[in-house]
Amino acid sequence: MIAIIDYGAGNLSSVANAFRAIGQQALITDNYRDLDKAAGIVLPGVGAFGDSMAMLRRLNFVEALTDQVIGQGKPYLGICLGLQFLARESHEHGVHPGLGWIEGAVRRLAPADKRFRVPHIGWNNVEVDNPCPLFAGLSPEPIFYFVHSYHLVMEETESSLLTSACYHGEKVTASVRRGHIFGVQFHPEKSQREGLLLLTNFTRVVYGEERDAQKTSHTGAHTARRLGGAEHPV
Amino acid sequence: MLSKRIIPCLDVRDGRTTKGIKFKNNVDIGDPVAMARHYYEAGADELVFYDITASSDRRDIMIEVVRQVAAAILIPFSVGGGIRNLQDMRAVLLAGAEKVSVNTAAMLEPNLIAAGARDFGSQCIVLGMDVKKVASSEAIPSGYEMVIHGGRTPMGIDALWWAQEAERLGAGEICLNSIDADGTQAGYELTLTRMISAAVSIPVIASGGAGTPEHLAEVLTTGRADAALIASMVHYGTYSIQEIKDYLQQRGIPVRLLW
Repeated sequence: MIAIIDYGAGNLSSVANAFRAIGQQALITDNYRDLDKAAGIVLPGVGAFGDSMAMLRRLNFVEALTDQVIGQGKPYLGICLGLQFLARESHEHGVHPGLGWIEGAVRRLAPADKRFRVPHIGWNNVEVDNPCPLFAGLSPEPIFYFVHSYHLVMEETESSLLTSACYHGEKVTASVRRGHIFGVQFHPEKSQREGLLLLTNFTRVVYGEERDAQKTSHTGAHTARRLGGAEHPV
Repeated sequence: MLSKRIIPCLDVRDGRTTKGIKFKNNVDIGDPVAMARHYYEAGADELVFYDITASSDRRDIMIEVVRQVAAAILIPFSVGGGIRNLQDMRAVLLAGAEKVSVNTAAMLEPNLIAAGARDFGSQCIVLGMDVKKVASSEAIPSGYEMVIHGGRTPMGIDALWWAQEAERLGAGEICLNSIDADGTQAGYELTLTRMISAAVSIPVIASGGAGTPEHLAEVLTTGRADAALIASMVHYGTYSIQEIKDYLQQRGIPVRLLW
């Protein structure tokens, strides 16, 4: 089972809906004890960094995540704010400490050219920088839905953790990976085909290769059905 | 590169879509969930729902529609119409919409934008603007005035000023509708769209007047819009979203072609 952490930030049903669409069981939970039973952990989120970290702390999730992800090595996928939490700190409305699993800070997007708007909202192609299992089988420059005003700026020493980036008047951190810890700035749960493929890839990491074959056929059929109607120039 | 978004707009009254929408396949044309699924599969980048239900005690029907739409499509969508307070916003967002659109209520109580941005984040708050061209005056220096009731009631608020004020208050996006162009299918109001787009740094969705793919190309280039709302031209089956996107791509406008 995959646990989706609910820290009161609002709607998490879209993440659960996306896992349902690929035939995966996911549990939305605000109880840190449920992480014990989970094979993989998803931390989604939109909202303010400081308030959200405070909620995670209050619900004992910071300690539980450290134990389960760092201690026991359970795969982690942070979406949007869930990626940003990996940073040492965030500069969103003041300075707030994060989980500190990656050396870097969350900073406001600041494109010099005003035609690049903030928030960065919409579908953007990402350039895959380092091989990452989450991108297996996706198109060379997959397109995802973004909605954010801040992003993770990593220290030079962590640059090898960058798995993809997009351009929005500046280079924007789109995804990172440290071993079994993954973070995506975009929203795979709102990114139709490639988003579902990415989540499928995450569940492969979670469950390992044996379950792989079985799951592939299921999601393959799902995707093929939805792509069946239209002809695609790409 | 960030794609320009193509966004079909659906009017919903008492839980049913209102326009006489024609499709060649077997879509139940009155069912907003089936319509959402149709446009999702057809390549829409996002959807907008406007709840035009007159009676507020039937609002729960819309919430149920939102919940079902959220389970049926894996792209973002927003809900507008009748959003009066934080409670209304919360209900729509918790039911699964990415964004809420506020219009009249925000003009009457601008702090609604700030409060919504504080509680849910700017990215959730879309400012809906209905705008009419008027003679430039001291009160309306830009020559574009905010209106309500489908354009029948002028608000005495300058559209340019209001767009900038809403951005300052924390709106994450503007959906800019020209009352003059709305329903004409004769093209978007390019001057208005360009003026507002240049004046704010948040994304602007152009609305009103789309009739041909060329109209979209104009508003996404000359009009500097980030996204284009469409209705009749796809609801009546005149164009498919694929056709519109193919045209835009040929014109060198970045669009999402794989879905």
